[in-house]
Amino acid sequence: MSESIVRALKCRECGQEYDIAPVHVCEFCFGPLEVAYDYDKLQGKFTRELIESRPQTMWRYKELLPIDNDPTVGAQNGFTPLVRAKNLEKVLGVSELYIKNDSVCYPTLSFKDRVVSVALSKAVEFGFTTVACASTGNLAGSVAANAAAAGLESYVFIPHDLEQGKVLGAGIFGTKIIGIRGKYDDVNRLCSEVAGKYGWAFVNVNVRPFYAEGSKSLGYEVMEQLGWKAPKHIVVPMASGSLCTKVDKSIKEFIKLGLIEDNGTAVYGAQATGCSPIAKSVKEGTDLIHPVIADTIAKSLAIGNPADGYYANRVINESGGWAEDISDQEVIDAMKLLAETEGIFAETAGGVTLGCAKKMIESGKLPRDESIVLCITGNGLKTQEAIADEIDKPRIIDASLKEFDVLAKADGVENI
Amino acid sequence: MSVNVRIPTPLRKLTGGADEVSVEAATIGDMIDGLEAAHVGIKERLCDDNGEIRRFVNVYVNDEDVRFLDGRGTALKDGDEVSIVPAIAGGAR
Repeated sequence: MSESIVRALKCRECGQEYDIAPVHVCEFCFGPLEVAYDYDKLQGKFTRELIESRPQTMWRYKELLPIDNDPTVGAQNGFTPLVRAKNLEKVLGVSELYIKNDSVCYPTLSFKDRVVSVALSKAVEFGFTTVACASTGNLAGSVAANAAAAGLESYVFIPHDLEQGKVLGAGIFGTKIIGIRGKYDDVNRLCSEVAGKYGWAFVNVNVRPFYAEGSKSLGYEVMEQLGWKAPKHIVVPMASGSLCTKVDKSIKEFIKLGLIEDNGTAVYGAQATGCSPIAKSVKEGTDLIHPVIADTIAKSLAIGNPADGYYANRVINESGGWAEDISDQEVIDAMKLLAETEGIFAETAGGVTLGCAKKMIESGKLPRDESIVLCITGNGLKTQEAIADEIDKPRIIDASLKEFDVLAKADGVENI
Repeated sequence: MSVNVRIPTPLRKLTGGADEVSVEAATIGDMIDGLEAAHVGIKERLCDDNGEIRRFVNVYVNDEDVRFLDGRGTALKDGDEVSIVPAIAGGAR
């Protein structure tokens, strides 16, 4: 691999720089650290042709991901489909709508496979042998799976009341899974303490600056798949708010490197009303984020005290986007709408994204005649409880043609 | 007014190791200036160049975040408990 363009870790608040290390908080002002790059080193070298010549994984953009060598964990991850959503366009009354479908991300069916691939590859470079995370579910599964494949030990910490699909979807990989009596915010606080005491790589604590950069690959892919163009509008689900900021960063990087034209992309955030501290701040016109006690079926987004809330708020405001929140019933309705129109079974967070987009289209916040991308970040098979009572049960009959004829007739189907 | 201020571990180097100090102050702004007078260097850790409390420093008066009170102007009364707590960085998405 060519020389890394990673320069340092830089405090987002006071600007102090630190050598590359598994640290995430500025010692001086307690602000979050972010990876800083020397983009000039890539001028003229990182071209569309080079990227297109590489395998279809998130690592085709490896120059912009913060590891020194080739990835050792999750080298196959990413590069999910961008689907033109013709049926949904008709239902919503918009002219150009796409679904970025990370519900089929390899290997654990959520966009977390992107961030984990970067975090664990970096953890290996740092010399860690045990990796860990605080998770609302998808991250736990992804850390467990990618750690297993890489021969790393793992500990995953989750709220005790997660969906069974997510608990099972982590446990199967032989990880050590710890359920905490409390909300995600309690899990997160405990993990900050554990990370300080044990010598582990916590992907979203001490390795967070590297981990978070993995989300940019979703944005890079959208732009390449649109034919080297940024969408006019992009809607992302928000929990900590990190994805929102990294999608914006991915677009700014591609513009800076001359890979795309500036399309004035506006970024929109989606939350469930039962946990909507970021959306609330945007709608109220403040940048103060009031922490809340989360209560929603969209458990993967249930972070009441969002770490990147302020930065997500700023990206939304500066890009000219907006934020919205919807009820749990609207989340379910949107999950069904996405499945019935586009054949995509998204998890509850996907319902949040589509449902909020629908609401913003109806309110005029999202224009009907410009390109819109919806980011679907997780798979519905993991959150079946949320919709179990909303879906038709099979009608049970004997293996008898006569019995089926009765059903068909009731459906209004004529036999020949 | 005399208030007790709880000092977080990363700032105790500046208070000679003390985890709690007592300050005479009528407002949070006063309190920060009082801390600075007794423990030089602590104000720049708590406040930015404009004197605003830094984004990832939380200051609580009797468990209420001063951002949701009157910020630096938040009034203090005798016996108030003030806590300085660095925000926990983390989170998933």
